[in-house]
Amino acid sequence: MTVTRARSIVPELMIVDADPEDDLRGLRRLTLWAGKHYSPLVAPDPPDGIWLDITGCAHRFDGEAPMLKDMLRRIAKTGMAVQAAVADTAGCAHAVARQVQSGRPTIVDPGKARAALSILPIAALRIAPGVADALHRMGFTRIEQLIAEPRAPLAKRFGKQLYRRLDQALGQIPEPIEPIFPPAAPYVRRPLLEPIGTAETIAQVIHDLAADIVAQLTAEGRGARRLDLVCERVDGHPQAIRIGTASPSRDAAHLAKLLYQRIETIDPGMGIEAMSLVAPLVEPLGARTIAALVSPKGGAPDLTALVDALANRFGQRRLYRAAPRSSTMPEREIGVVAPLAPPGGVGWDDDAPRPSRMIVPPEPVEVTAMLPDHPPAMFIWRGRRHRVAQADGPERLHGEWWREAGHEAEMPFAVRDYFQVETTTGGRYWLFRLGDGERTATGPMTWFIHGAFA
Amino acid sequence: MQQPTLLQSLRDRIAQIEGGVRRHPSLPFGLDAIDRHLPGGGIAAGALHEVAGSPELADDAAATIFLAGILARFEGPVFWCLRWRDLFAPALHLAGLHPDRVIFVEAGSDTNVLAAIEECLRHEGLGGVVGEVKTVTSTATKRLQLAAEKSGVPAFILRRAAKADGKSGGSAATTRWRIQAAPSERLDIPTLSRPRWSVSLERVRGGDPHLWTVEGCDAQGRIALPADLVDRPAAQEDRQAAA
Repeated sequence: MTVTRARSIVPELMIVDADPEDDLRGLRRLTLWAGKHYSPLVAPDPPDGIWLDITGCAHRFDGEAPMLKDMLRRIAKTGMAVQAAVADTAGCAHAVARQVQSGRPTIVDPGKARAALSILPIAALRIAPGVADALHRMGFTRIEQLIAEPRAPLAKRFGKQLYRRLDQALGQIPEPIEPIFPPAAPYVRRPLLEPIGTAETIAQVIHDLAADIVAQLTAEGRGARRLDLVCERVDGHPQAIRIGTASPSRDAAHLAKLLYQRIETIDPGMGIEAMSLVAPLVEPLGARTIAALVSPKGGAPDLTALVDALANRFGQRRLYRAAPRSSTMPEREIGVVAPLAPPGGVGWDDDAPRPSRMIVPPEPVEVTAMLPDHPPAMFIWRGRRHRVAQADGPERLHGEWWREAGHEAEMPFAVRDYFQVETTTGGRYWLFRLGDGERTATGPMTWFIHGAFA
Repeated sequence: MQQPTLLQSLRDRIAQIEGGVRRHPSLPFGLDAIDRHLPGGGIAAGALHEVAGSPELADDAAATIFLAGILARFEGPVFWCLRWRDLFAPALHLAGLHPDRVIFVEAGSDTNVLAAIEECLRHEGLGGVVGEVKTVTSTATKRLQLAAEKSGVPAFILRRAAKADGKSGGSAATTRWRIQAAPSERLDIPTLSRPRWSVSLERVRGGDPHLWTVEGCDAQGRIALPADLVDRPAAQEDRQAAA
């Protein structure tokens, strides 16, 4: 459609000239952002794509699907339309991301690249539009037809590029991505005389690189919060590991130790010919006095090293301290703070009894209790009958009717009457009845078990 | 008069034979009836301790608070390695373990929990390390015991939903406890008195198993002996037998 035609339909149409240069800069910015959040190995794929090598990165988000979801949510917030796919090969991911009709994020399982590709149209294989059209006229519509056909005649007519793209998408020939790094980030690289492959030699190079980058960081008065180690393999496929620290660090031994822990995740293949270390996230860190003369027994122990080691192993989000949060519902009373955050100093209310083991979500139990608000005399939980010897309660908790999520979504005025009960064997449990017994809006008067006390 | 000193010197010699273990301080319960059954007079720092409840959730809950009470009285930060997400932090605070002191590590599996404990035990100066697991092998306990001896940090394994039939295999832990809820005192008013636990010391290195009934942790993490049980004839006999 021409601009004049479009203007005639929508007179107030705003027209902006295409600016490929600026688009490319924007793409680069988005790529670096993705590099900061998701994976150390990222590359722009002009005009409209981004590669991310997420090998070994998805566990920080508990899997590829949550990672993709997080990525799409964040990008969609900026108003961009985005499509994404995860696959074994860059070519396959490229094709699937652009061809999925609904624009839903798609994950092609390992080994399924061929099956996923075969149903896609020929045009999905990054080939020149002329070639795709010519193939289409010859009756080729889907990639599976191309895979089935003898290669030589078609290669002769359309050139090697066609089959190179097909083989790249199928993973038969490698297609390394050339990662980009933030321009201002401290960066050190060591080319190696001979390709290396053993853990010991890699550790030695890590040790040297850590010393190099610490020298750079010291000169700039900064400390690293995140380090990416990129191993350049002989076959061109880069391998990367990423570590993070809880507070800015310039301790070469500490940083190297965090990297050593992940050496086993590097696949050296035929050998590594160069290694580089980038610090994509740095924070100012002033000069420090050496505390060697001060007795380590005085004051609190330094937990940074331990917290970093655990966080890099299990994920930053798996390490936390609990802190009180004001809420009337017990399951929301716990907030999460960073493990090394300054102490909040406050705890929970000492008066309210709280179970040490919670049952989330609360499980329905069958209860025999006298109306209107006597404690239960007996309850059946998981098929077992528990006779109640003594009880305390009720403690009435009102739902947070102003919330739109959680159980308030269905029942905004829910009321729970909590009872602590002790069974004849001494076990103490926390039961509640949903509903105050007067208004049906507060709940259907059913019973649940929510936890066990000491 | 001679006998106790003789026993003590023999114990010291055995300890020497067992290996030049650095002596770490012990944390007493403050109850003579329990402390005198424990070598060193309390829960030894720099050692591995195993605590179990039972398949009943209330017993696991009691074991949790028993542990929280011990950790509350040690000093320093505590690492609590989780496999399940059912621990409710406010309850630890009620037993005297302040939330600012506890760092939770969601490790996700038995293997990961054990690895996390070992990592923590490499650092000195911690108040304690807890790991919640389903099962643990004797090799793993040996590793942790050695790591704990080296760093001087008390390590605790909380075996969840552990059956009482004793099929847990060998363990290198210094002490092994089983905590179960017991009926508490009836007050004859509609409220609950202080909870009671039956605390069983199933195994202790250099000591004999024993069983107590105690009252649960107060806000400082101290357990107590129930007043009405202390003066019973059975307790007196027990005292005479131990003298």
